[in-house]
Amino acid sequence: MSPATKPIDVSTPAAHLRLVSDRAGDASGIKLSGVSKTYRTRDGDVPSLRPLDFHINDGEFFVVVGPSGCGKSTLLKLISGLLAPTSGEILVEGEKVTAPHGNVGIVFQNALLLPWRNILNNVMLPIDMKRLPRPQYLDRAKSLLRLVGLEGFEKKLPWQLSGGMQQRASICRALVHDPKIMLMDEPFGALDALTRERMNVELMRIQRETRKTVLLITHSIPEAVFLADRVLVMTERPGAVAAIYDVPLPRPRSLDAMADPVFTELVQRIRKHFFSQGTLD
Amino acid sequence: MAEPKPQNAVSKLLNAAWVRPFLFLVFIVVAWDLAIRLFRIPAYQIPSPLDVVAVLRTEWPELLRQSWPTTYATVCGFLLSALFGIPVAMLIAGSKTVESYVYPLLVFSQSVPKIAIAPLFVVWFGFGIIPKVISAFLLGFFPVVVSAVQGFKSVDPDMVDLARAMQGSRFQVFRAVNLPHALPAIFSGLKVSVTLAVVGAVVGEFVGSNSGIGYVMQRSIGTFDLPTMFAALVILALLGVVLFWIVDRIEKLVIPWHVSQREDVIFAS
Repeated sequence: MSPATKPIDVSTPAAHLRLVSDRAGDASGIKLSGVSKTYRTRDGDVPSLRPLDFHINDGEFFVVVGPSGCGKSTLLKLISGLLAPTSGEILVEGEKVTAPHGNVGIVFQNALLLPWRNILNNVMLPIDMKRLPRPQYLDRAKSLLRLVGLEGFEKKLPWQLSGGMQQRASICRALVHDPKIMLMDEPFGALDALTRERMNVELMRIQRETRKTVLLITHSIPEAVFLADRVLVMTERPGAVAAIYDVPLPRPRSLDAMADPVFTELVQRIRKHFFSQGTLD
Repeated sequence: MAEPKPQNAVSKLLNAAWVRPFLFLVFIVVAWDLAIRLFRIPAYQIPSPLDVVAVLRTEWPELLRQSWPTTYATVCGFLLSALFGIPVAMLIAGSKTVESYVYPLLVFSQSVPKIAIAPLFVVWFGFGIIPKVISAFLLGFFPVVVSAVQGFKSVDPDMVDLARAMQGSRFQVFRAVNLPHALPAIFSGLKVSVTLAVVGAVVGEFVGSNSGIGYVMQRSIGTFDLPTMFAALVILALLGVVLFWIVDRIEKLVIPWHVSQREDVIFAS
């Protein structure tokens, strides 16, 4: 057996990788205890998530990586309250989630802007849904658009914008009602590689300026390590927590951080999870 | 404009939207006239275009008077099919239970030839306007339902989830997301429906009526008065075109954002 293919034992980490800095006693943030989900279909029960226990700190950038179909999107729907867990409970800011609570902003892989609303009105959608006073949030929507570099595009219709610009608008929409949490399901998966890197840097800046708790789901291990404070690695379906890694890279990070030995080692290490499971993501 | 060079009058005229179909129409009429002369088709089989035009000119007050009941029945039937078709489609798209009960039956009912049951309406409702309206409604109803169901069902579930996660009520989400999304499909159904409603109204007039363009056609066939019959056909076609055009205009006003309408926006910017 050559050294290159020899599986690394992921349970004996190097010194700087595994400083899981979880402030689990904290009531703020997102807390999952024993959360599992089984879908009932005509062909019988399909387990999607095995019981999950973890805590996302307030203001943390938390990234989930996992193979396709490991229940990552289910996780997102559970935390937003769109789905009820089969067992266990989810606490957001100390409150148990039973129905959509509106304290989240969601960004999907597709921008999902409504084609009949202009950019500003698309950003204002959560305000309309939550019946919040429109004039009060209009300035906030405009300043968010300025934050992501879309000033002057307020009156444009979505199709008049490029894919990256549309996704920026959808990030504004996720932030306009000032939620504590931003849930992002492969937000840059549909963008080209160059735009994707730029969006990653920009997302980090937005997170730093707005101090939101971010839960981001991705297929890209380098993207996960680059963005995250902590990375959660999921197993294949039914999904479970394979490991949680601290990312000890200093902030603010630039794209140069990807050349850091800590970065490459961590990427390598997370990749091993998928090698050892026999799936190449 | 896209072209910076000034256009000459001929190409400008050719680019007007109504000119091309008009030219094609002229071509058809000329071909019709030529065919009659070349193949010596007797006038009791196909009248010449000039005879039809002559009837249109001399009989137009009568034809106009008779086209009102037909128009009225068509518009009423069409409005009814929109009024019932869209909510029925909403129910079918919104509930699996409703869909499983209603949809197959609806398709089944479409296989019943409307012309065959039209006399029933005369038996039930007499020779007035009601049988015609029902007949127009029955023909116009189905395309509205089918297109609207497809429109309501093709909403991205992620988009609905997004609105629901923002605590939108079912009605709010429907009004903000599902309904506008379904509008292009609904309008394509309405366009099919309005032309079929004309057919429906005429069918109603065929089986039992003493007014309307369908009645004029029925009477002129009975007396081998083919020029009048063809003139009535022309009126019917015009009625269909005008109603279709009206729906098309309304569509442009209601969904200016849709892909099919974008050309104007690009030229405007």
